[in-house]
Amino acid sequence: MANASADKGGFLNNLGRIYAIYTGGFFGFIFLVGILEQLGVGQKYLGYMFMGLTILVYAFIGIVSRTSDVGEYYVAGRTVPAFYNGMATGADWMSAASFIGMAGSLYLLGYDGLAFVLGWTGGYVLVAVLIAPFLRKFGAYTVPDFLAARYGGNMARLCGVIVLLACSFTYVVAQIFGTGLIAQRFIGLDFTVAVYVGLAGILVCSMLGGMKAVTWTQVAQYIVLIVAYLIPVVWMSAKKFGIPVPQLSYGQALQQISTLEQEFVQKGLATQASLSTTHTAPFSRYSPANYFWLIFCLMVGTASLPHVLMRYFTTPSVREARQSVAWSLLFIFLLYFTAPAYAAFSKLEVYSTLIGKNIADLPAWVYSWGKLGLVNICGKAAASAEAVKASCAALAGHTGVLRLQDFGINPDVVVISTPEIAGLPYVITGLVAAGGLAAALSTADGLLLALANALSHDIYYKMINPNAPTKQRLVISRVLLVIVAIAAAWTAAQRPADILAMVAWAFSLAAGGLFPALVLGVWWKRTTKQGAIAGILAGFGVTLLYLLVTRYFPGFGVQYLGMTALLNPITWAPIVDLKVAMAAPNAMDGWVTLAHPLASKVGWFNINNISAAAFGLPVGFAVMIVVSLMTPAPSAELQRFIDEVRKPRGKTLMEEKSGLVASH
Amino acid sequence: MTPNAEQHWARTKSLMILMVGLWVFFGFIVHMFVGALNKIVIAGFPLGFYMAAQGSLIVFVAMLFWFAKAQDKIDRETGVAEDE
Repeated sequence: MANASADKGGFLNNLGRIYAIYTGGFFGFIFLVGILEQLGVGQKYLGYMFMGLTILVYAFIGIVSRTSDVGEYYVAGRTVPAFYNGMATGADWMSAASFIGMAGSLYLLGYDGLAFVLGWTGGYVLVAVLIAPFLRKFGAYTVPDFLAARYGGNMARLCGVIVLLACSFTYVVAQIFGTGLIAQRFIGLDFTVAVYVGLAGILVCSMLGGMKAVTWTQVAQYIVLIVAYLIPVVWMSAKKFGIPVPQLSYGQALQQISTLEQEFVQKGLATQASLSTTHTAPFSRYSPANYFWLIFCLMVGTASLPHVLMRYFTTPSVREARQSVAWSLLFIFLLYFTAPAYAAFSKLEVYSTLIGKNIADLPAWVYSWGKLGLVNICGKAAASAEAVKASCAALAGHTGVLRLQDFGINPDVVVISTPEIAGLPYVITGLVAAGGLAAALSTADGLLLALANALSHDIYYKMINPNAPTKQRLVISRVLLVIVAIAAAWTAAQRPADILAMVAWAFSLAAGGLFPALVLGVWWKRTTKQGAIAGILAGFGVTLLYLLVTRYFPGFGVQYLGMTALLNPITWAPIVDLKVAMAAPNAMDGWVTLAHPLASKVGWFNINNISAAAFGLPVGFAVMIVVSLMTPAPSAELQRFIDEVRKPRGKTLMEEKSGLVASH
Repeated sequence: MTPNAEQHWARTKSLMILMVGLWVFFGFIVHMFVGALNKIVIAGFPLGFYMAAQGSLIVFVAMLFWFAKAQDKIDRETGVAEDE
């Protein structure tokens, strides 16, 4: 042990140097692969090199960070400096959806997609001000730990665990799905095999070293993902506008996009309908209410997601926990304020190189993505030149010139395909794939750890066997980690249809279930045990009910819960005719697919189900407050406990008997 | 609570209200005027679009660094800060 901690000290003192060498090495590697490409090495091998080498590095970090200390396993020994914890949180936070999907959503949704940019950043204000420093002071290992201490016992803990499992599991399935997609595309593995290979990559990082290993891998993954995200956009910006600062130059891209949009209409290359969403005009996809509720749910969800909050348990002090939130947001911001530039550049590239071209002269990338069903021309997958010709010929009056409405691209390939579309060398495409993989793996690591810790620490150790020796706890924890990971991979391998929507659901579930209990627990002493439990169940229940009913039991919602059809944000007409749909024989079906005429098309007050916490959160707060006022105030002892949580000075409140020294 | 702790919590609460107020303004209110702001174009960016794509984000980042400092100052002045 003494030896190990001396090593740790050496490592912690040299963090700057270690990660600087690592970053330099990564740039050198990119350069080397670039040279190999020029020498004529095949694209497939370049892809292997990027994937293989980065995964090996993560695995190496995971293995050298192995630990048998409970404190290191659960909270990295509370030794992670604010700056590095910020990077780790950035990687933990930015998932496959942020890296791969965000720019794509912005491409398709224009202004309305910015709800995600705002929603996935602004929540950190709530994290820093309302929640994280207090949880750090308390000294929790898991979020349910805090609920249990504040709300007197295992009932509150169990409620917290249920919410945690619901939101983290859906989220981790999406990450493993993303890992599988990337591995499938870039190293040509079968999707199911790719999912399990990704799983192995995730496990090797987290299993041996728990939070400690995950932290240092995530820092390495952050560096890969941010370099991979920035290089192509900086390159495109320099190439097109002569300034390597895409965040400034894409203003010009936006102007060119609107000029082109107008030209297309004049030349008959686009109908008004296909341009009903000009890139910078607001509220064409979401009504204003939906736009703002979505931002709100994503922000509040950020402040409630256990895998994010638990990152702030690892800093050496409360002070550093606060600084660390600021660093986290800075590192996240670097990607998020670049995403709109990414979207604008790829849109401009598609508009200027593709639209108006003869369909016989389409570039090769159209077919390489079309084969996978990710690019559509004239309404059908653009699998080959013949297929495109046939599907366009089938359209009445098609002149053989590609119009805007003929072209469709899956938002998930915008980021990955843009370097290719813009004619950058393949090394950049490989780099982007490695970045996407880093984003998916790092988030999956954090989520799996949150899930396994809740099961091993909260359920097993705190509720089933409080006398379990340290060694046994860690063994159980690792076994559960593997079981949860396999369950998640199995679910991902089934290719659930609405995987990306489920990520947004996780935010609403966390917001509705946990936010009131966490915030009121610190900020309102009068919150009682009964109030908290009732509030968690009500907030979570209402959110879950709204999600399940609108998506899977829409007919039931219309018939019994007074739901109505959602409205088109431009014309304010219902997007589905309820009378017709309810008269259809399948109206009252359950567990319907997305193809069902009512699925995700009904709701209360025209609120989309991705903003389900719009109902759950107010209900959760109201129930928590009302029930608290109806039950006797918390004991004087508990009030003193809250006073202690509120001030940074002093020891952490949850003492771990074995191992970890609480405060440094 | 000791007088120090009371003062600490009162000032912490005011800071919290200020931060949440700024959050509401830059997270929501400013974007309610996107239509009007979009008429102002700076360096190619319609201002309403810019606020949602970058402006509010920059404010959030700056706010958090400032908050970490301000809260630390409160902690020190009321004697509840951690030892270095």
